[in-house]
Amino acid sequence: MTAPVADSSSTAAGLDERSRYLRTLVIDALEGGGRGHVGAALSLIEIVRVLYDDILKVRPNEPRWPDRDRLILSKGHGCLGLYALLADKGFVTMEDLRKQCRPGALLGGHPEIRIPGVEASTGALGHGLAIGVGLALAARMQKRPSRVYVIMGDGESNEGSVWEAALMASKHKLANLTVLLDYNKMQSYGTVPDVLPLEPLADKFKAFGFGVAEVDGHDVNDLRRVLKALPVDPAKPTAVICHTVKGRGIAVCEHSAAWHHKARLPPDQAAALRKELMGG
Amino acid sequence: MRETSLKMVHELAKKDPRVVFVGSDLGAGALDAMRKEMPERFFMEGVSEAAIIGMAAGLAMDGYIPYVNTIATFITRRCYEQVAVDLCLHNLPVRLIANGGGMVYAPLGPTHMAIEDIAIMRALPNMSVVAVADAEEMKRFMAATLDHPSPIYIRLAKGGDPVVTRPEHGFTLGKAIELKAPGRIGFITTGVMASRALAASEIMAKTNTHAGVLHMPSVKPLDEAAVLALAGKVEKLVTVEEHSRIGGIGSAVAELLVDKNVRTPLLRLALPDHFPEDYGSQEHLLEQAGLSPAAIAEAAAR
Repeated sequence: MTAPVADSSSTAAGLDERSRYLRTLVIDALEGGGRGHVGAALSLIEIVRVLYDDILKVRPNEPRWPDRDRLILSKGHGCLGLYALLADKGFVTMEDLRKQCRPGALLGGHPEIRIPGVEASTGALGHGLAIGVGLALAARMQKRPSRVYVIMGDGESNEGSVWEAALMASKHKLANLTVLLDYNKMQSYGTVPDVLPLEPLADKFKAFGFGVAEVDGHDVNDLRRVLKALPVDPAKPTAVICHTVKGRGIAVCEHSAAWHHKARLPPDQAAALRKELMGG
Repeated sequence: MRETSLKMVHELAKKDPRVVFVGSDLGAGALDAMRKEMPERFFMEGVSEAAIIGMAAGLAMDGYIPYVNTIATFITRRCYEQVAVDLCLHNLPVRLIANGGGMVYAPLGPTHMAIEDIAIMRALPNMSVVAVADAEEMKRFMAATLDHPSPIYIRLAKGGDPVVTRPEHGFTLGKAIELKAPGRIGFITTGVMASRALAASEIMAKTNTHAGVLHMPSVKPLDEAAVLALAGKVEKLVTVEEHSRIGGIGSAVAELLVDKNVRTPLLRLALPDHFPEDYGSQEHLLEQAGLSPAAIAEAAAR
Protein backbone atom coordinates (compact mmCIF):
# COMPACT_ATOMS: atom_id res chain seq x y z
CA MET A 1 0.00 0.00 0.00
CA THR A 2 1.25 3.46 -0.82
CA ALA A 3 0.81 5.97 1.97
CA PRO A 4 -1.11 9.14 1.11
CA VAL A 5 0.89 12.16 0.01
CA ALA A 6 0.19 15.77 0.84
CA ASP A 7 -1.76 16.64 -2.27
CA SER A 8 -1.87 15.73 -5.88
CA SER A 9 0.04 18.80 -7.03
CA SER A 10 3.78 18.86 -6.91
CA THR A 11 6.77 21.05 -7.66
CA ALA A 12 6.57 24.73 -6.86
CA ALA A 13 3.14 25.23 -8.39
CA GLY A 14 1.14 25.16 -5.19
CA LEU A 15 3.60 27.22 -3.15
CA ASP A 16 3.34 30.94 -2.46
CA GLU A 17 6.16 33.40 -2.94
CA ARG A 18 7.50 33.16 0.60
CA SER A 19 7.69 29.40 0.49
CA ARG A 20 9.53 29.61 -2.81
CA TYR A 21 11.91 32.26 -1.48
CA LEU A 22 12.75 30.16 1.57
CA ARG A 23 13.56 27.27 -0.74
CA THR A 24 16.00 29.48 -2.64
CA LEU A 25 17.81 29.95 0.69
CA VAL A 26 18.17 26.18 0.92
CA ILE A 27 19.67 26.20 -2.58
CA ASP A 28 22.04 29.02 -1.51
CA ALA A 29 23.21 26.93 1.43
CA LEU A 30 23.54 23.81 -0.67
CA GLU A 31 25.52 25.60 -3.34
CA GLY A 32 27.73 27.46 -0.88
CA GLY A 33 28.44 24.52 1.37
CA GLY A 34 28.66 21.95 -1.38
CA ARG A 35 26.44 19.43 0.31
CA GLY A 36 23.29 18.89 2.28
CA HIS A 37 20.19 16.80 2.92
CA VAL A 38 18.00 18.59 0.42
CA GLY A 39 14.95 16.37 0.32
CA ALA A 40 14.38 16.50 4.07
CA ALA A 41 14.90 20.27 4.17
CA LEU A 42 12.38 20.93 1.40
CA SER A 43 9.71 18.75 2.97
CA LEU A 44 9.72 20.69 6.23
CA ILE A 45 9.98 24.28 4.94
CA GLU A 46 6.33 25.13 5.59
CA ILE A 47 6.50 23.55 9.06
CA VAL A 48 9.41 25.75 10.16
CA ARG A 49 8.01 28.73 8.26
CA VAL A 50 4.69 28.66 10.09
CA LEU A 51 6.40 27.98 13.42
CA TYR A 52 8.76 30.96 13.08
CA ASP A 53 6.29 33.31 11.35
CA ASP A 54 3.21 32.65 13.44
CA ILE A 55 3.72 30.41 16.45
CA LEU A 56 7.09 30.44 18.22
CA LYS A 57 7.71 33.03 20.91
CA VAL A 58 11.41 33.62 20.34
CA ARG A 59 13.74 36.62 20.22
CA PRO A 60 16.47 36.58 17.55
CA ASN A 61 18.38 39.27 19.47
CA GLU A 62 18.07 37.30 22.73
CA PRO A 63 18.19 33.65 21.69
CA ARG A 64 18.44 32.32 25.28
CA TRP A 65 15.50 34.38 26.60
CA PRO A 66 14.24 32.09 29.41
CA ASP A 67 10.54 32.29 28.55
CA ARG A 68 11.06 31.45 24.88
CA ASP A 69 9.42 28.51 23.22
CA ARG A 70 11.79 25.65 22.50
CA LEU A 71 12.08 24.08 19.05
CA ILE A 72 14.16 20.96 18.56
CA LEU A 73 14.81 19.75 15.03
CA SER A 74 15.13 16.13 16.04
CA LYS A 75 15.55 15.06 12.42
CA GLY A 76 18.74 17.09 12.39
CA HIS A 77 19.52 16.23 8.78
CA GLY A 78 16.70 18.58 7.77
CA CYS A 79 18.80 21.46 9.07
CA LEU A 80 19.01 23.42 5.81
CA GLY A 81 15.31 24.14 6.24
CA LEU A 82 15.90 25.31 9.80
CA TYR A 83 18.94 27.35 8.78
CA ALA A 84 16.88 29.10 6.09
CA LEU A 85 14.48 30.33 8.80
CA LEU A 86 17.26 31.16 11.26
CA ALA A 87 18.90 33.30 8.57
CA ASP A 88 15.60 34.82 7.48
CA LYS A 89 14.79 35.80 11.08
CA GLY A 90 18.27 37.08 11.85
CA PHE A 91 19.51 34.46 14.32
CA VAL A 92 22.37 33.87 11.87
CA THR A 93 23.50 35.78 8.78
CA MET A 94 22.97 34.99 5.13
CA GLU A 95 26.73 34.67 4.90
CA ASP A 96 26.64 32.01 7.63
CA LEU A 97 24.05 30.20 5.55
CA ARG A 98 26.16 30.23 2.40
CA LYS A 99 29.22 28.96 4.29
CA GLN A 100 27.52 25.97 5.89
CA CYS A 101 29.75 22.93 6.21
CA ARG A 102 32.89 24.83 5.23
CA PRO A 103 35.94 24.99 7.53
CA GLY A 104 35.32 27.47 10.32
CA ALA A 105 31.58 27.75 9.54
CA LEU A 106 28.98 28.40 12.23
CA LEU A 107 26.53 26.04 10.54
CA GLY A 108 27.32 22.38 9.92
CA GLY A 109 25.61 19.38 8.43
CA HIS A 110 23.50 18.96 11.56
CA PRO A 111 22.31 21.62 14.04
CA GLU A 112 24.59 22.35 16.97
CA ILE A 113 23.76 23.92 20.31
CA ARG A 114 26.29 26.71 19.72
CA ILE A 115 24.16 28.13 16.89
CA PRO A 116 21.89 30.98 18.08
CA GLY A 117 18.32 29.69 18.03
CA VAL A 118 19.26 26.00 18.18
CA GLU A 119 18.18 24.24 21.39
CA ALA A 120 19.89 20.88 20.97
CA SER A 121 22.57 19.26 18.89
CA THR A 122 20.84 16.64 16.80
CA GLY A 123 21.69 14.35 13.95
CA ALA A 124 21.65 11.06 15.79
CA LEU A 125 17.99 10.15 15.38
CA GLY A 126 15.51 9.47 18.15
CA HIS A 127 16.92 11.90 20.72
CA GLY A 128 14.79 15.02 20.36
CA LEU A 129 11.51 13.88 21.83
CA ALA A 130 13.07 12.67 25.09
CA ILE A 131 14.96 15.95 25.44
CA GLY A 132 11.67 17.70 24.69
CA VAL A 133 10.04 15.77 27.54
CA GLY A 134 12.70 17.12 29.90
CA LEU A 135 12.29 20.68 28.57
CA ALA A 136 8.50 20.50 28.88
CA LEU A 137 8.76 19.16 32.44
CA ALA A 138 11.21 21.94 33.32
CA ALA A 139 8.86 24.59 31.89
CA ARG A 140 6.01 23.22 33.96
CA MET A 141 8.07 22.98 37.15
CA GLN A 142 9.36 26.51 36.67
CA LYS A 143 5.86 27.77 35.80
CA ARG A 144 7.11 29.19 32.52
CA PRO A 145 4.70 29.63 29.58
CA SER A 146 7.24 28.09 27.20
CA ARG A 147 5.92 25.52 24.78
CA VAL A 148 8.15 22.80 23.38
CA TYR A 149 8.06 21.73 19.72
CA VAL A 150 9.90 18.72 18.35
CA ILE A 151 10.15 18.15 14.60
CA MET A 152 10.67 14.47 13.90
CA GLY A 153 11.01 12.43 10.75
CA ASP A 154 9.17 9.32 9.67
CA GLY A 155 12.39 7.36 9.27
CA GLU A 156 13.40 8.67 12.67
CA SER A 157 10.27 7.11 14.11
CA ASN A 158 11.87 3.71 13.53
CA GLU A 159 13.89 4.40 16.68
CA GLY A 160 12.60 2.76 19.85
CA SER A 161 13.66 5.74 21.95
CA VAL A 162 10.96 7.81 20.18
CA TRP A 163 8.29 5.55 21.58
CA GLU A 164 9.88 5.38 25.02
CA ALA A 165 9.75 9.16 25.11
CA ALA A 166 6.17 9.16 23.79
CA LEU A 167 5.12 6.97 26.73
CA MET A 168 6.80 9.37 29.14
CA ALA A 169 5.24 12.46 27.54
CA SER A 170 1.85 10.84 27.91
CA LYS A 171 2.46 9.72 31.51
CA HIS A 172 3.34 13.28 32.49
CA LYS A 173 0.42 14.75 30.49
CA LEU A 174 2.73 17.22 28.80
CA ALA A 175 0.17 19.41 27.08
CA ASN A 176 2.95 21.96 26.48
CA LEU A 177 4.78 19.49 24.22
CA THR A 178 4.04 19.13 20.51
CA VAL A 179 5.52 16.68 18.04
CA LEU A 180 5.48 17.74 14.40
CA LEU A 181 6.05 14.66 12.32
CA ASP A 182 7.36 15.43 8.85
CA TYR A 183 5.68 12.49 7.16
CA ASN A 184 7.15 12.53 3.67
CA LYS A 185 7.01 8.75 3.35
CA MET A 186 10.59 8.49 2.17
CA GLN A 187 13.59 7.48 4.19
CA SER A 188 17.20 7.06 3.17
CA TYR A 189 16.98 3.75 1.32
CA GLY A 190 13.48 3.99 -0.06
CA THR A 191 9.86 4.45 0.87
CA VAL A 192 8.66 4.18 4.44
CA PRO A 193 6.20 1.37 3.61
CA ASP A 194 9.06 -0.61 2.06
CA VAL A 195 11.71 0.00 4.72
CA LEU A 196 9.61 -0.10 7.89
CA PRO A 197 5.89 0.63 7.68
CA LEU A 198 4.53 3.10 10.24
CA GLU A 199 0.83 2.92 9.49
CA PRO A 200 -1.52 3.40 11.19
CA LEU A 201 0.62 6.28 12.42
CA ALA A 202 -2.09 8.56 13.80
CA ASP A 203 -3.60 5.63 15.66
CA LYS A 204 -0.20 4.77 17.10
CA PHE A 205 0.18 8.26 18.60
CA LYS A 206 -3.40 8.14 19.84
CA ALA A 207 -2.72 4.80 21.48
CA PHE A 208 0.40 6.26 23.09
CA GLY A 209 -1.73 8.94 24.73
CA PHE A 210 -1.37 11.90 22.37
CA GLY A 211 -3.93 14.27 20.98
CA VAL A 212 -3.47 13.92 17.24
CA ALA A 213 -4.07 16.20 14.27
CA GLU A 214 -3.26 15.52 10.63
CA VAL A 215 -2.46 18.33 8.24
CA ASP A 216 -1.15 18.97 4.76
CA GLY A 217 2.38 19.90 5.77
CA HIS A 218 2.79 22.23 2.78
CA ASP A 219 -0.46 24.14 3.38
CA VAL A 220 0.45 27.08 5.60
CA ASN A 221 -3.18 27.79 6.44
CA ASP A 222 -3.79 24.22 7.50
CA LEU A 223 -0.64 24.30 9.66
CA ARG A 224 -1.62 27.65 11.23
CA ARG A 225 -5.12 26.42 11.97
CA VAL A 226 -3.82 23.46 14.00
CA LEU A 227 -0.78 25.10 15.60
CA LYS A 228 -2.72 28.14 16.79
CA ALA A 229 -5.16 25.89 18.62
CA LEU A 230 -2.73 23.72 20.58
CA PRO A 231 -2.98 21.48 22.46
CA VAL A 232 -5.34 19.26 20.53
CA ASP A 233 -6.36 17.72 23.86
CA PRO A 234 -5.82 19.89 26.98
CA ALA A 235 -4.57 16.97 29.07
CA LYS A 236 -2.27 15.36 26.52
CA PRO A 237 0.84 16.02 24.47
CA THR A 238 0.06 16.71 20.81
CA ALA A 239 1.26 14.96 17.68
CA VAL A 240 0.71 16.84 14.45
CA ILE A 241 1.23 14.49 11.56
CA CYS A 242 2.29 16.66 8.66
CA HIS A 243 1.77 14.96 5.32
CA THR A 244 4.58 16.24 3.15
CA VAL A 245 6.49 15.53 -0.02
CA LYS A 246 10.19 14.89 0.20
CA GLY A 247 11.98 17.41 -1.98
CA ARG A 248 8.80 19.46 -2.43
CA GLY A 249 9.12 22.43 -4.71
CA ILE A 250 11.86 21.23 -7.04
CA ALA A 251 10.75 18.65 -9.56
CA VAL A 252 14.00 16.72 -9.73
CA CYS A 253 14.14 16.35 -5.93
CA GLU A 254 10.59 15.22 -5.29
CA HIS A 255 10.17 11.70 -4.01
CA SER A 256 13.81 11.15 -4.89
CA ALA A 257 16.05 8.97 -2.76
CA ALA A 258 18.98 10.25 -4.83
CA TRP A 259 18.34 13.76 -3.48
CA HIS A 260 18.14 12.59 0.16
CA HIS A 261 21.68 13.88 0.47
CA LYS A 262 23.21 15.91 -2.33
CA ALA A 263 26.88 16.61 -2.73
CA ARG A 264 28.15 19.19 -5.19
CA LEU A 265 25.72 21.52 -6.89
CA PRO A 266 27.30 23.20 -9.92
CA PRO A 267 26.45 26.93 -10.29
CA ASP A 268 24.46 26.37 -13.46
CA GLN A 269 22.31 23.74 -11.80
CA ALA A 270 21.82 25.98 -8.75
CA ALA A 271 20.74 28.81 -11.04
CA ALA A 272 18.33 26.51 -12.85
CA LEU A 273 16.79 25.41 -9.56
CA ARG A 274 16.38 29.03 -8.44
CA LYS A 275 14.74 29.86 -11.74
CA GLU A 276 12.42 26.91 -11.39
CA LEU A 277 11.43 28.12 -7.93
CA MET A 278 11.03 31.81 -8.59
CA GLY A 279 10.09 31.67 -12.25
CA GLY A 280 7.73 28.73 -12.21
CA MET B 1 27.38 2.90 49.52
CA ARG B 2 24.30 2.85 47.29
CA GLU B 3 22.05 3.80 50.14
CA THR B 4 24.43 6.56 51.17
CA SER B 5 24.56 7.82 47.62
CA LEU B 6 20.76 8.01 47.28
CA LYS B 7 20.33 9.52 50.74
CA MET B 8 22.82 12.17 49.74
CA VAL B 9 20.72 13.00 46.66
CA HIS B 10 17.86 13.71 49.06
CA GLU B 11 20.13 15.79 51.31
CA LEU B 12 21.42 17.77 48.34
CA ALA B 13 17.85 18.29 47.12
CA LYS B 14 16.91 19.77 50.49
CA LYS B 15 19.70 22.30 50.13
CA ASP B 16 19.40 23.05 46.44
CA PRO B 17 16.16 23.39 44.46
CA ARG B 18 17.98 22.47 41.24
CA VAL B 19 18.47 18.85 42.33
CA VAL B 20 16.07 16.26 40.89
CA PHE B 21 16.12 12.48 41.07
CA VAL B 22 15.32 10.20 38.13
CA GLY B 23 15.09 6.45 38.67
CA SER B 24 14.48 3.74 36.11
CA ASP B 25 11.97 1.35 37.68
CA LEU B 26 14.07 0.84 40.81
CA GLY B 27 13.17 -1.49 43.67
CA ALA B 28 9.99 -0.65 45.56
CA GLY B 29 10.51 2.02 48.20
CA ALA B 30 13.71 3.43 46.72
CA LEU B 31 14.32 6.91 48.10
CA ASP B 32 10.80 7.03 49.53
CA ALA B 33 11.66 9.84 51.92
CA MET B 34 12.49 12.13 49.02
CA ARG B 35 9.43 11.05 47.06
CA LYS B 36 7.21 11.95 50.00
CA GLU B 37 8.91 15.20 50.84
CA MET B 38 9.34 16.60 47.32
CA PRO B 39 7.33 14.56 44.82
CA GLU B 40 7.73 17.25 42.16
CA ARG B 41 11.47 16.58 42.04
CA PHE B 42 11.26 12.79 42.26
CA PHE B 43 10.77 10.94 38.97
CA MET B 44 10.37 7.19 38.80
CA GLU B 45 10.24 6.39 35.13
CA GLY B 46 10.00 3.12 33.26
CA VAL B 47 12.58 0.69 31.95
CA SER B 48 13.54 3.09 29.18
CA GLU B 49 17.10 4.22 29.73
CA ALA B 50 17.53 6.00 26.39
CA ALA B 51 14.55 8.27 26.95
CA ILE B 52 15.43 8.83 30.59
CA ILE B 53 18.86 10.15 29.66
CA GLY B 54 17.27 12.45 27.10
CA MET B 55 14.73 13.65 29.64
CA ALA B 56 17.51 14.31 32.16
CA ALA B 57 19.36 16.28 29.48
CA GLY B 58 16.27 18.40 28.84
CA LEU B 59 15.87 19.10 32.55
CA ALA B 60 19.55 20.02 32.83
CA MET B 61 19.34 22.36 29.82
CA ASP B 62 16.85 24.42 31.81
CA GLY B 63 18.74 24.59 35.06
CA TYR B 64 18.16 21.35 36.93
CA ILE B 65 20.82 18.94 38.22
CA PRO B 66 19.42 15.46 37.59
CA TYR B 67 20.79 12.46 39.50
CA VAL B 68 19.85 9.41 37.43
CA ASN B 69 19.99 5.95 38.94
CA THR B 70 19.78 2.41 37.61
CA ILE B 71 21.95 -0.67 37.16
CA ALA B 72 25.44 0.04 35.80
CA THR B 73 25.20 -2.10 32.66
CA PHE B 74 21.92 -0.49 31.63
CA ILE B 75 22.90 3.12 32.31
CA THR B 76 26.04 2.67 30.19
CA ARG B 77 25.54 0.11 27.43
CA ARG B 78 21.84 0.55 26.78
CA CYS B 79 21.90 4.30 26.26
CA TYR B 80 25.49 4.97 25.27
CA GLU B 81 24.55 7.25 22.39
CA GLN B 82 22.24 9.29 24.61
CA VAL B 83 24.99 9.60 27.22
CA ALA B 84 27.49 10.63 24.52
CA VAL B 85 25.28 13.07 22.61
CA ASP B 86 22.65 14.33 25.04
CA LEU B 87 24.89 14.60 28.10
CA CYS B 88 28.52 14.81 26.99
CA LEU B 89 28.21 16.73 23.71
CA HIS B 90 25.90 19.24 25.42
CA ASN B 91 28.17 19.13 28.48
CA LEU B 92 25.31 19.04 30.98
CA PRO B 93 25.46 18.56 34.77
CA VAL B 94 23.75 15.17 34.90
CA ARG B 95 24.98 12.52 37.36
CA LEU B 96 24.70 8.84 36.50
CA ILE B 97 24.54 6.68 39.62
CA ALA B 98 25.37 3.16 38.51
CA ASN B 99 24.41 0.27 40.76
CA GLY B 100 26.66 -2.76 40.86
CA GLY B 101 29.94 -1.77 39.24
CA GLY B 102 32.14 -4.78 38.49
CA MET B 103 31.09 -8.19 39.77
CA VAL B 104 28.48 -7.08 42.34
CA TYR B 105 25.67 -8.85 40.51
CA ALA B 106 27.65 -12.10 40.28
CA PRO B 107 24.65 -14.39 40.85
CA LEU B 108 22.72 -12.68 38.05
CA GLY B 109 25.21 -13.42 35.34
CA PRO B 110 27.02 -11.51 32.61
CA THR B 111 24.10 -9.29 31.50
CA HIS B 112 24.30 -7.59 34.90
CA MET B 113 28.04 -7.40 35.49
CA ALA B 114 29.60 -4.08 34.51
CA ILE B 115 33.13 -5.00 33.53
CA GLU B 116 33.77 -2.30 30.91
CA ASP B 117 31.72 0.62 32.24
CA ILE B 118 34.74 2.69 33.25
CA ALA B 119 36.35 2.18 29.84
CA ILE B 120 33.38 3.30 27.80
CA MET B 121 32.47 6.20 30.07
CA ARG B 122 36.09 7.34 30.26
CA ALA B 123 36.27 7.54 26.47
CA LEU B 124 33.61 10.24 26.31
CA PRO B 125 34.72 13.89 26.27
CA ASN B 126 33.44 15.98 29.21
CA MET B 127 32.55 12.89 31.28
CA SER B 128 34.12 12.38 34.70
CA VAL B 129 34.33 8.86 36.12
CA VAL B 130 34.30 8.26 39.86
CA ALA B 131 34.48 5.09 41.94
CA VAL B 132 34.82 5.82 45.65
CA ALA B 133 36.19 3.32 48.15
CA ASP B 134 33.54 3.38 50.87
CA ALA B 135 30.31 4.95 52.09
CA GLU B 136 32.09 7.69 54.05
CA GLU B 137 33.97 8.80 50.97
CA MET B 138 30.68 8.63 49.06
CA LYS B 139 29.23 11.27 51.41
CA ARG B 140 32.15 13.61 50.83
CA PHE B 141 32.09 12.98 47.09
CA MET B 142 28.35 13.52 46.66
CA ALA B 143 28.58 16.85 48.45
CA ALA B 144 31.23 17.84 45.90
CA THR B 145 29.05 16.95 42.89
CA LEU B 146 26.58 19.79 43.25
CA ASP B 147 28.34 22.49 41.31
CA HIS B 148 30.37 20.46 38.84
CA PRO B 149 29.23 21.82 35.44
CA SER B 150 29.65 18.57 33.47
CA PRO B 151 28.35 14.98 33.56
CA ILE B 152 29.69 12.49 36.12
CA TYR B 153 29.53 8.70 36.03
CA ILE B 154 29.34 7.33 39.57
CA ARG B 155 30.21 3.66 39.96
CA LEU B 156 28.72 2.05 43.03
CA ALA B 157 30.02 -1.02 44.83
CA LYS B 158 28.08 -3.68 46.71
CA GLY B 159 27.67 -1.84 49.97
CA GLY B 160 28.94 -2.62 53.45
CA ASP B 161 32.43 -2.08 52.11
CA PRO B 162 35.24 -1.61 54.66
CA VAL B 163 35.81 2.07 55.43
CA VAL B 164 39.38 2.89 54.47
CA THR B 165 39.18 6.62 53.83
CA ARG B 166 39.18 9.29 56.53
CA PRO B 167 37.47 12.67 56.84
CA GLU B 168 40.77 14.50 56.47
CA HIS B 169 41.12 13.03 52.97
CA GLY B 170 38.24 15.21 51.85
CA PHE B 171 37.20 14.91 48.24
CA THR B 172 38.34 16.81 45.19
CA LEU B 173 37.45 15.59 41.72
CA GLY B 174 40.67 14.64 39.98
CA LYS B 175 42.69 14.22 43.17
CA ALA B 176 44.23 10.95 44.31
CA ILE B 177 44.34 9.93 47.97
CA GLU B 178 47.38 8.31 49.52
CA LEU B 179 46.08 5.63 51.88
CA LYS B 180 49.50 4.18 52.61
CA ALA B 181 52.93 5.62 51.86
CA PRO B 182 54.82 3.80 49.13
CA GLY B 183 57.67 1.38 49.66
CA ARG B 184 59.38 -0.59 46.93
CA ILE B 185 55.97 -1.10 45.36
CA GLY B 186 53.13 1.32 44.77
CA PHE B 187 49.58 0.08 44.35
CA ILE B 188 47.19 2.29 42.38
CA THR B 189 43.55 1.37 42.87
CA THR B 190 40.09 2.64 42.22
CA GLY B 191 36.81 1.94 44.01
CA VAL B 192 36.68 -0.80 46.62
CA MET B 193 39.94 -2.32 45.42
CA ALA B 194 41.61 0.12 47.79
CA SER B 195 40.80 -2.08 50.78
CA ARG B 196 42.07 -5.17 48.96
CA ALA B 197 45.34 -3.49 48.08
CA LEU B 198 45.69 -2.39 51.70
CA ALA B 199 45.09 -6.00 52.81
CA ALA B 200 47.61 -7.21 50.22
CA SER B 201 50.16 -4.72 51.51
CA GLU B 202 49.70 -6.13 55.03
CA ILE B 203 50.41 -9.61 53.72
CA MET B 204 53.47 -8.37 51.86
CA ALA B 205 54.77 -6.55 54.93
CA LYS B 206 55.20 -9.92 56.65
CA THR B 207 57.94 -10.71 54.16
CA ASN B 208 59.35 -7.20 54.39
CA THR B 209 58.04 -6.16 51.01
CA HIS B 210 56.69 -2.68 51.51
CA ALA B 211 53.88 -1.49 49.28
CA GLY B 212 51.91 1.74 49.42
CA VAL B 213 48.39 2.39 48.22
CA LEU B 214 47.34 5.35 46.10
CA HIS B 215 43.56 5.38 45.82
CA MET B 216 42.10 7.06 42.74
CA PRO B 217 38.40 7.68 43.33
CA SER B 218 38.50 9.81 40.22
CA VAL B 219 39.58 7.71 37.24
CA LYS B 220 38.84 10.67 35.01
CA PRO B 221 40.11 13.27 35.41
CA LEU B 222 43.19 11.32 36.45
CA ASP B 223 45.52 12.82 39.03
CA GLU B 224 48.49 12.66 36.72
CA ALA B 225 50.83 14.46 39.10
CA ALA B 226 50.15 11.91 41.84
CA VAL B 227 50.77 8.97 39.51
CA LEU B 228 53.98 10.46 38.14
CA ALA B 229 55.22 11.29 41.63
CA LEU B 230 54.56 7.74 42.75
CA ALA B 231 56.23 6.34 39.64
CA GLY B 232 59.35 8.30 40.60
CA LYS B 233 59.48 6.75 44.06
CA VAL B 234 58.84 3.03 43.54
CA GLU B 235 60.44 0.11 41.72
CA LYS B 236 57.10 -1.09 40.42
CA LEU B 237 53.59 0.21 40.01
CA VAL B 238 50.71 -2.24 40.40
CA THR B 239 47.20 -1.20 39.35
CA VAL B 240 44.28 -3.13 40.84
CA GLU B 241 40.74 -2.83 39.53
CA GLU B 242 37.46 -4.70 39.40
CA HIS B 243 37.17 -3.97 35.69
CA SER B 244 38.32 -5.30 32.35
CA ARG B 245 42.03 -4.88 31.78
CA ILE B 246 41.02 -2.84 28.73
CA GLY B 247 40.30 0.79 29.39
CA GLY B 248 40.20 1.09 33.17
CA ILE B 249 42.58 2.59 35.72
CA GLY B 250 45.41 0.30 34.55
CA SER B 251 45.02 1.56 31.01
CA ALA B 252 44.81 5.16 32.20
CA VAL B 253 48.06 4.78 34.14
CA ALA B 254 49.77 2.96 31.25
CA GLU B 255 48.74 5.68 28.81
CA LEU B 256 50.12 8.36 31.11
CA LEU B 257 53.44 6.57 31.64
CA VAL B 258 53.90 6.09 27.89
CA ASP B 259 52.92 9.68 27.13
CA LYS B 260 55.43 10.99 29.66
CA ASN B 261 58.13 8.48 28.72
CA VAL B 262 58.28 7.14 32.28
CA ARG B 263 59.87 3.69 32.40
CA THR B 264 58.71 2.50 35.83
CA PRO B 265 57.55 -1.14 35.44
CA LEU B 266 53.78 -1.50 35.59
CA LEU B 267 51.79 -4.60 36.50
CA ARG B 268 48.07 -4.40 35.76
CA LEU B 269 45.81 -6.61 37.86
CA ALA B 270 42.29 -6.59 36.46
CA LEU B 271 39.51 -8.76 35.09
CA PRO B 272 40.30 -10.78 31.97
CA ASP B 273 38.94 -9.76 28.57
CA HIS B 274 36.00 -12.12 28.54
CA PHE B 275 32.47 -12.16 29.88
CA PRO B 276 32.14 -13.70 33.34
CA GLU B 277 31.16 -17.35 32.96
CA ASP B 278 30.45 -18.36 36.54
CA TYR B 279 27.93 -17.41 39.22
CA GLY B 280 28.27 -17.52 43.00
CA SER B 281 29.39 -14.45 44.89
CA GLN B 282 31.32 -11.35 43.89
CA GLU B 283 34.07 -12.59 46.20
CA HIS B 284 34.15 -15.91 44.35
CA LEU B 285 34.50 -14.27 40.94
CA LEU B 286 37.16 -11.86 42.19
CA GLU B 287 39.15 -14.79 43.54
CA GLN B 288 38.85 -16.50 40.16
CA ALA B 289 40.24 -13.35 38.55
CA GLY B 290 43.21 -13.26 40.93
CA LEU B 291 41.93 -10.28 42.87
CA SER B 292 41.88 -11.73 46.39
CA PRO B 293 44.27 -9.91 48.75
CA ALA B 294 46.53 -12.98 48.84
CA ALA B 295 46.64 -13.27 45.06
CA ILE B 296 47.25 -9.53 44.68
CA ALA B 297 50.10 -9.74 47.21
CA GLU B 298 51.65 -12.71 45.46
CA ALA B 299 51.45 -11.18 42.00
CA ALA B 300 52.76 -7.82 43.17
CA ALA B 301 55.74 -9.32 45.00
CA ARG B 302 56.71 -11.60 42.16
